[in-house]
Amino acid sequence: MLVNKKKMASVAEAASGQTPVKGRSQWQDAMGRFKNNKASLVSVIVLSIMILISFLGPALSEWDHETIDWALTGNAAEMGAPSIENGHFFGTDDLGRDLYARVMQGTQISLMVGIIGTIVAVVVGVLYGAVAGYFGGRVDNFMMRFVDILMSIPYMFILIILFVMFGRSVYILFIGLGLFSWMDMARIVRGQTLSLKHKEFIEAAVAAGVSDFTIIIRHIVPNLLGIVVVYTSLMIPNLILLESFISFLGLGIQEPLTSWGALISEGAKTIQYGTLWQLAFPLAFFVTGLFCFFFIGDGLRDAFDPKER
Amino acid sequence: MIDNKNNFKKVAMATAIAAVTAFTSMSAFSAAHPVTGEELATDQSYTYRLLDGIPTIDPQLVEGVESSVVVRDLFEGLLNQDDLGNNVPGVAKSFDLSEDKKTYTFHLRKSNWSNGDPVTANDFVYAWRRAVDPKTASPYSWYMEMMAIKNGAAVIKDKMDPKELGVKAIDDYTFEVTLEAPLPYFPGMVTHTTTFPSHQATVEKFGKDWTRPENIVGNGAYTLTSWTLKEKNVRERNAKYWDNANTILDKVTALVINDENQALIRFKAGDLDKTEIPAGQYPSMKKSNPSEAYSFPRLCNYYYTFNLSDSGPEAFKDVRVRKALSYALDRNVIVNNVTKGGQKPAYTFTPAATASFEVPAVDYASWTQKDRDAKAKELLAAAGYNKENPLKFDMIYNTDEAHKKIATVISQMWKQKLGVNAVLANQEWKTFLDTRKKQAFQLARGAWCGDYNEASTFLDLVTTQAGYNHGKWVNKEVDQLMAEAKTSATPNVNYTRVEQIMAEEMPVIPVYHYAGVYMIKDTLKGWPVKNVQQTIYSRTFYKTAK
Amino acid sequence: MFSFIVRRTLSSIPTILILILISFALMRLAPGSPFSTERGLPPEVLANLEAKYGLNLPWYEQIYTYLRGIIFEFDFGPSFKYKDRSVNDILAQGFPVTLTYGIWSFVVAVAVGIPLGIAAAVKHNTKFDYAAVGFSIGAQVLPNFVMAPILVIIFTLWLNWLPGGGWNGGQWQYLIMPIIALSTSYMASIARITRSSMLEVLHSNFIRTAKAKGLPTSSIILRHALKPALLPVISYLGPAFVYMITGSVIIDIYFSTGGMGQFFVDAALNRDYSLLMGVTIVFGVMTILFNAIVDITYAWLDPKIRL
Repeated sequence: MLVNKKKMASVAEAASGQTPVKGRSQWQDAMGRFKNNKASLVSVIVLSIMILISFLGPALSEWDHETIDWALTGNAAEMGAPSIENGHFFGTDDLGRDLYARVMQGTQISLMVGIIGTIVAVVVGVLYGAVAGYFGGRVDNFMMRFVDILMSIPYMFILIILFVMFGRSVYILFIGLGLFSWMDMARIVRGQTLSLKHKEFIEAAVAAGVSDFTIIIRHIVPNLLGIVVVYTSLMIPNLILLESFISFLGLGIQEPLTSWGALISEGAKTIQYGTLWQLAFPLAFFVTGLFCFFFIGDGLRDAFDPKER
Repeated sequence: MIDNKNNFKKVAMATAIAAVTAFTSMSAFSAAHPVTGEELATDQSYTYRLLDGIPTIDPQLVEGVESSVVVRDLFEGLLNQDDLGNNVPGVAKSFDLSEDKKTYTFHLRKSNWSNGDPVTANDFVYAWRRAVDPKTASPYSWYMEMMAIKNGAAVIKDKMDPKELGVKAIDDYTFEVTLEAPLPYFPGMVTHTTTFPSHQATVEKFGKDWTRPENIVGNGAYTLTSWTLKEKNVRERNAKYWDNANTILDKVTALVINDENQALIRFKAGDLDKTEIPAGQYPSMKKSNPSEAYSFPRLCNYYYTFNLSDSGPEAFKDVRVRKALSYALDRNVIVNNVTKGGQKPAYTFTPAATASFEVPAVDYASWTQKDRDAKAKELLAAAGYNKENPLKFDMIYNTDEAHKKIATVISQMWKQKLGVNAVLANQEWKTFLDTRKKQAFQLARGAWCGDYNEASTFLDLVTTQAGYNHGKWVNKEVDQLMAEAKTSATPNVNYTRVEQIMAEEMPVIPVYHYAGVYMIKDTLKGWPVKNVQQTIYSRTFYKTAK
Repeated sequence: MFSFIVRRTLSSIPTILILILISFALMRLAPGSPFSTERGLPPEVLANLEAKYGLNLPWYEQIYTYLRGIIFEFDFGPSFKYKDRSVNDILAQGFPVTLTYGIWSFVVAVAVGIPLGIAAAVKHNTKFDYAAVGFSIGAQVLPNFVMAPILVIIFTLWLNWLPGGGWNGGQWQYLIMPIIALSTSYMASIARITRSSMLEVLHSNFIRTAKAKGLPTSSIILRHALKPALLPVISYLGPAFVYMITGSVIIDIYFSTGGMGQFFVDAALNRDYSLLMGVTIVFGVMTILFNAIVDITYAWLDPKIRL
């Protein structure tokens, strides 16, 4: 993903450099700094509200995301405008489906795509990087060569082919996006692991005869959390953006489910027909959501990497 | 529009040539239209939107409606269609039919290729052999087989040399075709692009590159002056065309604009003379541009087909379920509130616009929607589906904005009226074709545009052996009726019976019959709105002054 | 330096081979064939077509013929859909188009993004800084498939200043909107990265020393801070250029430029095997090339790295 590698590496340095010894934990330090960052804090609050609304909001409306209000079908431009009276708070789409309910539903899906996709990427990336870094030598060389190869592949193309091949479902979306985003993570984690592995507590564990796998899971991975947190917050918005692009190509989510990307792309197509609410509401949610993620990401990065302040 | 400097010289030259031509034939048409007397615009150029790049303009390889439009401008076959779809002379002035109705003799006029060579019967012989030659591997060679030309099928199967094909040049201007069996609609078939002549020397000299603007030699009213894939295709007046004096339009430009909404913006901005109106936008366009928004019937149907083969769901084998789903589908909502482009609700498979087809009275067409809904609920309950045991199935359609809307609306109708859970799945085109062909679906979208203007082009599709019968519906009586219709003097009797059987058995759910829904600039005249097959010849258009 | 380039070149060969194999395999596994149509072709016609395009051969022979064609004759084969063009013809038409507006967008993104980022960093915590950050995040999250139709409505429909699409040999009027639509979000990313890395450098000890010595701000920035501050920006530029090119499909769709992006998507949808492979390979080579250029530039700027 479009995350600045050098920066990540420096964050990583900072994060691990402080990890084991300090009395006050890295976490407490970072959280303290994060709380002082107003933009990030506000973003956390806004984002929490948004998530809350997307799950609780539908209860406020008599309409759900798929039911058609037949009275409005095909008359979106004349009668589908946002209105409190007929219960369509955000108006309706061309077919007379309630946009409010659809935006809520789309918010859930998009956030889920961002978060689950990132989790897939993080799990794969952390394990891969940790294994490569921990074992080092030939294993490391081979594994990282492979990452280099993968990174040279125009993955957007392969992703399109994958969608074409396997048809589309939410799961393909989660997995597909995740599987094409773990390489950066793996590289950074590997670097971290290389430096961690010579620390006393790891060597002690090795001497005590703890198995390699246990060491990786119990001792290495927990020490990478700082970097993982930062990286995650930066990756989520990028995956959401990527999903919107895929939706635009008509390869995203299946009807009647929807996503920010699908809603916005529909809204953008009908931009000239006087139904601007179809673009405005999903776009507002999308932009707000991504703003929050970016600010949180920036805040976390600054928090874990005090050099910049 | 901003002029293109790179092409300026070319354009200037072409304009000069056109001016000279116009001057020499000025007496034939001055600033007024020779027939209608309308005042003509000085700039006789026509620009239209093309959905996608033209894959090929080789007459023998060409497929698809849009490509055929280009080919009909650049080449001319034995016969043409007029604006009602009737056959009129093309390169052939006339033709004779032998006693046994198996030999057609076409008498060609003296006309020239764009390089000055005469167009002779040998050019047709060459082109027709080329179309069936396995080496050409024309995806439309099956069309030549359908024309029942002697030995055609054997040549395509590589069992005979292309020279054995039943075509012959008696002399330079007499072209003879021998058929395997009499085929009453054969003359109409030679208006199709696969049968157009090609210039042997050019094809052989340039190979696959022969269709490039710098190489191509055609015999149509226009010659190709520029062709960039996925950008544009420009045709300009061919001064050597035999009927050039009666051609008014000088230049035809096709601009590729992938997104239909974007194309409409470009139309509004004045960049286009013609574009399609996106689904649902016809009424508002008609309101804002009453003289430019057109809707007219076309020879196509739109339906959903049940998978009745062994791989299909058990539920669909019950005719009550099929009928219930068809009855509960409110076609008026689809055509009035979703597509909104003057499409006609369909209760029969064959469109009413089909020539000499009388729409049979099928029972449910005359009911009110309320009656249909009540009947549907009754039938579904009788078939054993209810709240505790709801009917559930997948319905597939290919990725497209309009198909998506229609499928969504249909599934919601069933859900709200019948409590049926139809799970939507859109597949991209090639996957969709594959799924449907392998009967790996439950309910699938289908649509067919008539190859020729007669009901059998549609009803043949539901016979047992038809390749397009994706639902694998088998009805012996229908097979027999359709076989009889081929030679019957009153085929409509058979067609009516077939439609009635279909209404009784409901192997497919007819949804609507197509309409052509276009924006056409009010200065552009001559669009053949009455030709349901939309066989377009740009040379029949002209532009009037404002 | 030279041995580094040689090494990079050699190591890219297996990458491209793997890329070819992956896309070949994926494509063949996808349902449908290049010749499947609504109507469905009779078997004998299909057989003729398959014979013409070599699809009747076993897969290993197909890939062998394909690779041999590329390596010895630089021939990517005939297109399955565009029956009178070869893949080489199509690449020769579409690739310069994509590259033209791609490079221009890249130049614009860099030329605006970097100064904007620097200015924001220098004026840290001023209104200008906040505006720049706000703009860059906003621009980064506005999808270009929203921006493109808005641009056309404004500049073509309302103002009638610019043509709403087409390429016309790359005349400047036809380039403006594609460049705006493509470059904006990258411009924003570049500005954000430049800003934060500049901030980092400005707070470092050697800049503080320079300031203490009383050097003028402009000379501190240009002489001392710029080079280290640009390092992270440069490492971003490689992937950014590649993303720009891969994202070009939206530009092609909205502005009918006839570039490679749409050819690729359509080739995938039409199962135009050879065209798809051709485009994938060209883009793969470009990705590798750009990553290599970035690495070299990076090493040249950063004395700590030895090649």
